[in-house]
Amino acid sequence: MRNAAVVGFAQSPSVRSTQGTTNGVEMLVPVLSEIFAQTGLTKADIDFWCSGSSDYLAGRAFSFIAAVDAIGAFPPINESHVECDAAWAVYEAWIKILTGEADTALVYGFGKSSAGELRRVLSLQLDPYTVAPLWPDSISLAAMQARLGLESGRWTEDDMAAVAARSLADATSNPHAQRSGALTDNAPLIADPLHSYDVAPISDGAAALILTTEERARDLIERPAIISGIDHRIDSAVLGARDLTDSPSTRTAAAAAGARDIEIAELHAPFSHQELILREALELSDAVRINPSGGPLAGNPMFAGGLIRIGEAAKRVHSGDASRVLAHATSGPLLQQNLVAVMEAQS
Amino acid sequence: MTTDVAPLSAPLNIGFDYTRSLGPVLSRFMTALAQRQILGIKGSDGRVHVPPVEYDPVTAEPLTEFVEVGTEGTVLTWSWCPKPVEGQPIQQPFAWALIRLDGADAGLLHAVNVPSPSDIRTGMRVQVQWAEAPTGHIRDIAYFVPTDPGTSAAAPQAPPPPESKRDDEDRVTTIITPIQLAYDHTVSAEESRYLRALADGKLIGQRCAECGQVYIPPRGACPVDGVPTTTEVELPDTGIVTTFCIVNVPFLGQRITPPYVVAYVLLDGADIAFLHLVRGCDSADVRMGMRVRAVWRPKAEWQTSLSNIDYFTPTGERDAPIETFARHL
Ligand SMILES: [Zn+2]
Repeated sequence: MRNAAVVGFAQSPSVRSTQGTTNGVEMLVPVLSEIFAQTGLTKADIDFWCSGSSDYLAGRAFSFIAAVDAIGAFPPINESHVECDAAWAVYEAWIKILTGEADTALVYGFGKSSAGELRRVLSLQLDPYTVAPLWPDSISLAAMQARLGLESGRWTEDDMAAVAARSLADATSNPHAQRSGALTDNAPLIADPLHSYDVAPISDGAAALILTTEERARDLIERPAIISGIDHRIDSAVLGARDLTDSPSTRTAAAAAGARDIEIAELHAPFSHQELILREALELSDAVRINPSGGPLAGNPMFAGGLIRIGEAAKRVHSGDASRVLAHATSGPLLQQNLVAVMEAQS
Repeated sequence: MTTDVAPLSAPLNIGFDYTRSLGPVLSRFMTALAQRQILGIKGSDGRVHVPPVEYDPVTAEPLTEFVEVGTEGTVLTWSWCPKPVEGQPIQQPFAWALIRLDGADAGLLHAVNVPSPSDIRTGMRVQVQWAEAPTGHIRDIAYFVPTDPGTSAAAPQAPPPPESKRDDEDRVTTIITPIQLAYDHTVSAEESRYLRALADGKLIGQRCAECGQVYIPPRGACPVDGVPTTTEVELPDTGIVTTFCIVNVPFLGQRITPPYVVAYVLLDGADIAFLHLVRGCDSADVRMGMRVRAVWRPKAEWQTSLSNIDYFTPTGERDAPIETFARHL
C-alpha cells in the first residue's frame, strides 16, 4: 500500500478574538495563500479538501459551507467536513490517499471560539439526557479530573505548573502563540484546583495542511513527513464509568499507530494535567521533547488545535530537527476522543 | 475598497427546546426521578451505574437490571465553579462533584450547594435536594447538600425545565431541554460596507479582482478564486427575476399572508441573484426574465438592512431573453 506524507503547513496567529466572521474566511484566506506559496501547489493540484469546524461555535447550521468560499469551490471540488477537530479531517484525507482516490489533499480547520461563551458551548458535547441539561462547563469538568489525579497522588500541583511553565517558555519562539513568557506568581484559581495557567486560552484561529502521496512529496520537499501510522479511538461517553486519570483510548491508538522511538511529540492537552495523562498513556520517556511550539496552553483555536499539533510535528521533520515525531489530537470532553499520528523522515 | 472601520456586529441569541424520546432505560430512570427515587443499572461486571446506561460502557451489552440506589452518597471528586453560567443548577458560586450514591459504583455528576470551596472535600457525605415540583427530568434533583446540616441555605436555581411527556400509564417517555446560546455575530468587512451603504439607500456590490464577477452582497472571498472581493461597484435598484416561487403555505413566523411571490432578483450589472419579494402584480403574472425595480421603505425607517427595500415590483419593460440570464439559474 502507498504512503501519505505531510508536505506543507500554515496557521494563523492564535488570538483572543478576531473581527472576522464565524465562517473563518478572513482567517483562512491568508493561511491558504501561504500554504500554496510554501508548496508551489495551486488550487488545481488539490484532489480532495477536508475541513474540521463546528456549527456550535458559530451558532448557525451548516456554517462550514460559507468557509468553502475561501478555497474557491467553483468549478465544483471534492470536499468533505468533520464536526470535530480537523486532525480527524487529516485522517479522512489520509484514507483518500491510501486508497488511491486522491493524490493530493488539503485539510483545514478553523474556529472563532470568541463568538459565544466557549466553556458553556462545549457542554453540549455531553450526554444530552442526563448530563448536558445541567450545563457542566468544560473548565469545571477538567478541574474535577485534575483533582482526581492530585488526590490519588498521580500528579502534583507543581507537576501541573511545570507543564505550563515549559509551554509558555517554549511559546516565546512561536510567532503564532497567543500566550508566552514566564508563569505569573499568584495566578488566580479560576476553578479550584485549576489556576489560569493550567487552562488553554480561548483562541480564534485557523490552520491548513497539505498531504500528498509519498512519491509526489519527494518532488515537493526535501524531507517530507511520511505518516507511518495514524489511529484514533474513543473512550466511553459515560464520565462516571471512566478512570478519568487515564486515557486508554490514547494508549490503544498509540499502539496501533506504532508510537515508538519518538524524538518530539506535539500533544493536544488543553489543560496542564491532561499532558501528564497523555505522556503516561503514550509511554513517552523524559528524553522526548514535548510541545516545542508551546502547545495548546499557548494557544488553542477550537477545531484547529489538533491539526496544528500535526502541522507543528511535521515541521520538525521538514526542518531536520527530528526524524521521528508524534502528534496527538483530542476532541470531546476530558480527552474522550484521541488521535495519534506518527511521522518520520523516511519509511 | 474595504476600509479599516470595524465590521458590524450584533447579538445573536438562538434557542430551541430539544425534545428527546427516552427509550426504555432512561424512561424508567426519569419516571422514578419524578417519584423522588433514583435508579441505577447493573453493568456486565456487576458495577452499578447511575444514571443508568443503556449499554455497558465496557462490553456494549444491553443492560436491563435496575437497582434502586440511595439518595445519599459520597463525593469522589469536585471542583469549584465561581462564575456559574446560564442553565447550571445553582446560580451562585457552587461546587460540581462526581457523587457515588449509596448502592452505586460509578459517579453521578451534579451540583453541590455549599457556600465556599472550604465547605466541600472529597469523601464528604451529601444528599439529594429534590426540586419542589418534579417534572421527570435530571433536574428533578435540584442539587446536593451536605448531610451534615448547617452550612447551606437554599440556592437560586435556573428556571425549571418544561414538564416531560408521559404515556397512558404515566411513564415519562420524552424530556424537553431548552437550549439557549448567545453569540456576538460579526459580518465580514465586505458585508459591512454593503450593509452601511444600504442605510444610505445605496446598493453596493464588489468585483473579484481575478474573475471580474460582481457579487451583491459582496463576499469575504470569491467562490471561484478564493480571494476577497475588494473593488466597490454601485448597482442600480433595477434587475430581472431569474426564478421564483409562489408561497401558498402558512408557517410559523410568516410576515405576509399567502399567496405571495419570492424571487431571485438579478440586479443589472450583478453576477449573482439574491432572494426578495415581488409584489404589485398578480402572482400568476410573475415570469422568469420579468423586469423589476425596488420599492424602498420610507427613508425614516432605513436601517443597515436589505429590508430597506420593501419589495420589487414589475417595471412594465420587455422581459429579458432567457439566454441573458440562463447561466445564473
Ligand atoms: Zn473571482
